[in-house]
Amino acid sequence: MEIKVNESTCTGCSLCKGACLYDAIEIEDGIAVISEACVFCGACVDSCKDESIEIIGLDTEEKDFSDYRGVWVYLEAHGNELADVGLELLSEGRKLADKLKVPLAGIAIGSGIEENSRVAFQYGMDKLYIVDDPVFENNIDDIFSKALVQLISKHKPEIFLAGATSFGRTLVPKVAAILRTGLTADCTGLAIDDDKKILLQTRPTFGGNILATIITRNARPQMATVRPHVMEKKATVADIGDISDKVIKVEIDPKNFKTKYKMLGTETEKGEKINITDYEVIVSGGRGLGSGEKFELLKELADTLSGVVGASRAAVDSGWISYPHQVGQTGKTVNPKIYIACGISGAIQHLAGMQTSDIIIAINKDPNAPIFKVANYGIVGDLFEIIPMLIKRIKDGKPLV
Amino acid sequence: MKIAVCIKQVPGTVDIKIDPETNTLIRQGMENIINPFDTYAVEEGVRIKERLDADEGFMEQSEVIAMTMGPPQAEEMLKEAVASGVDRVVLLSDRAFAGADTWATSVTLAMAIDKLEDVRLVIFGKQTLDGDTGQVGPELAQRMNIPFIGYVSEIMEISARKIKVKRLAEDRYEIFEVRLPAAISVIKDINTPRVPSLRGKMKARSAEVPVWTADDLGADKDELGLSGSYTQVVKIFTPKMVHDVSMIEGTPEEQVEELFKNLKSLNIVS
Ligand SMILES: Cc1cc2nc3c(=O)[nH]c(=O)nc-3n(C[C@H](O)[C@H](O)[C@H](O)COP(=O)(O)OP(=O)(O)OC[C@H]3O[C@@H](n4cnc5c(N)ncnc54)[C@H](O)[C@@H]3O)c2cc1C
Ligand SMILES: Nc1ncnc2c1ncn2[C@@H]1O[C@H](COP(=O)(O)O)[C@@H](O)[C@H]1O
Repeated sequence: MEIKVNESTCTGCSLCKGACLYDAIEIEDGIAVISEACVFCGACVDSCKDESIEIIGLDTEEKDFSDYRGVWVYLEAHGNELADVGLELLSEGRKLADKLKVPLAGIAIGSGIEENSRVAFQYGMDKLYIVDDPVFENNIDDIFSKALVQLISKHKPEIFLAGATSFGRTLVPKVAAILRTGLTADCTGLAIDDDKKILLQTRPTFGGNILATIITRNARPQMATVRPHVMEKKATVADIGDISDKVIKVEIDPKNFKTKYKMLGTETEKGEKINITDYEVIVSGGRGLGSGEKFELLKELADTLSGVVGASRAAVDSGWISYPHQVGQTGKTVNPKIYIACGISGAIQHLAGMQTSDIIIAINKDPNAPIFKVANYGIVGDLFEIIPMLIKRIKDGKPLV
Repeated sequence: MKIAVCIKQVPGTVDIKIDPETNTLIRQGMENIINPFDTYAVEEGVRIKERLDADEGFMEQSEVIAMTMGPPQAEEMLKEAVASGVDRVVLLSDRAFAGADTWATSVTLAMAIDKLEDVRLVIFGKQTLDGDTGQVGPELAQRMNIPFIGYVSEIMEISARKIKVKRLAEDRYEIFEVRLPAAISVIKDINTPRVPSLRGKMKARSAEVPVWTADDLGADKDELGLSGSYTQVVKIFTPKMVHDVSMIEGTPEEQVEELFKNLKSLNIVS
């Protein structure tokens, strides 16, 4: 495999050099020269106005995947409750399945989850595969991947989607590795290519500054993990009717599902909500808060809005709040409906974790703080004045002016 | 105990934008750095070695090996890893590796780990800045048929046979024990990487960086690089930032009232 510049048509215009993310192109004697740093991402191929760059030697033989059919969604459960992300993916999966004119199935694995899984039929699912056994009491990926692999190998869906949760992001790579197929992580957009009927998987990279569309070639199913909260969860079926012949209970022999992992215990931070990606409202604090005690103020606002508290790295590194609350490049990537940034300057590494939030509200006393560049609503002011007043306004319900 | 740490060199900034007029990328201070998450992996590898070497019951000397698959210039990063305390490094570099997706990357790294022989623990960063998937670790572990535990925040115990770790799950920490060999990925919480000592820097300067090619790994080229990848990038673009910040002006009372109205229209408050 090789990347080639057609020297007779290359004008040395350097568009490709500008498009290269890996600094792998130099213009030498009026011609683009591509170095070993190239990773074949194809950005230059797209950028070239004269179609002078070509990646060759890639096996383009089209395999026949006609025996793969249908869209599957993994319905992740915590305890015996389905996580929202699975329902969001059913809503999205329905659209993909309709476009392909194929059925949509959900698959749930756990212990005592059957009852709670039925709700998924409200999201347009045609069929539910359920693996319900005490061996699946805890989300442990080696046995879950085994169960998924068995079902996928047997039923051959063309598309398999799962939430990009911390469980999904270790489970699904294992499944893909066993099945020998591709996996696109942390997608924010899915679509079907009209001609080829294949899945176009779009995901942010470089901290959200670049989007890449990825396809799965030469293998099936096409697998993707999708960020929680990105797809809209929509119950479209009010009355699910009689579903008895749509629920397929998969019988397994527990002896074949012995995990190699010994779970010795779990710890939750006392009274703290740490899974900040679960909430629709995040009230985040940064160095501007000045101390750990001041986070109580944010907690109060978050509670008032049924949300959760997040933080910048500066606040976490100062020991004001624990790491699971950190948003950003080295923390969590969040997508809430509302992100309220208080006393956060908006460093690029912080923005990387929150700029896809639906609505961003920034409160900062510095009018030039970069956070205002990504905010929808900005308030230049002292957070210690604004936030208590806002809490009071919400609680008392009395107009201030 | 032999410990392998997988590290990657990445473009040193996420501050990449597309110039709307020329439609080209504007990169600022674009020098290559070690993937920030991988610095915690290196540090943890070195700490485990120090811990085991100080343990009376542990006869054998431990060894930490940092490896990367990347272009020749990744040598610099490997030398930095030596300065940070790893014993030796390996650079996997060959045109045949280029364009690898996470699967082809994990295949290549797995072959190198096999070649190192008797590696008991493989440590990964949580994810890379550019790939940003966190898939290489679990895919490699699956291919090598060893357990993988992601998002580790503490190594609670490690012995010749077993490792006990605490890891950050969705809404709680979980404590797991697995037999070795095993692979883990670590999060920032696990340690604070040391600043390289003068001695470390000296050592780095003279450190050898052996380069292994596809032939050295005995690899079938169809399994590597873009040819061995199941996924392929077909388009790269910048998100449309249709963005209008509306600044809420006025006295603090007016600002809060206006903000309240906005929250109300968003159905966040009633
Ligand atoms: C490799 C790497 C990874 C990183 N990863 C992350 C990450 O994951 N997440 C992250 O957040 N950062 C990360 N950072 C750090 C990042 O670069 C910034 O240093 C950090 O985000 C700054 O935090 P801050 O905004 O809270 O602090 P500052 O930048 O100090 O900003 C504080 C802000 O508060 C305002 N302020 C002060 N007092 C008040 C007041 N009374 N009322 C209103 N406003 C007030 C100030 O005007 C200022 O804008 C990373 C850095 C590196 C190098
Ligand atoms: N080319 C590579 N060479 C060595 N290690 C890598 C490489 N790519 C990824 N890794 C390791 O795998 C982890 C996850 O990477 P990613 O799946 O790209 O997010 C990184 O933090 C590294 O520890």
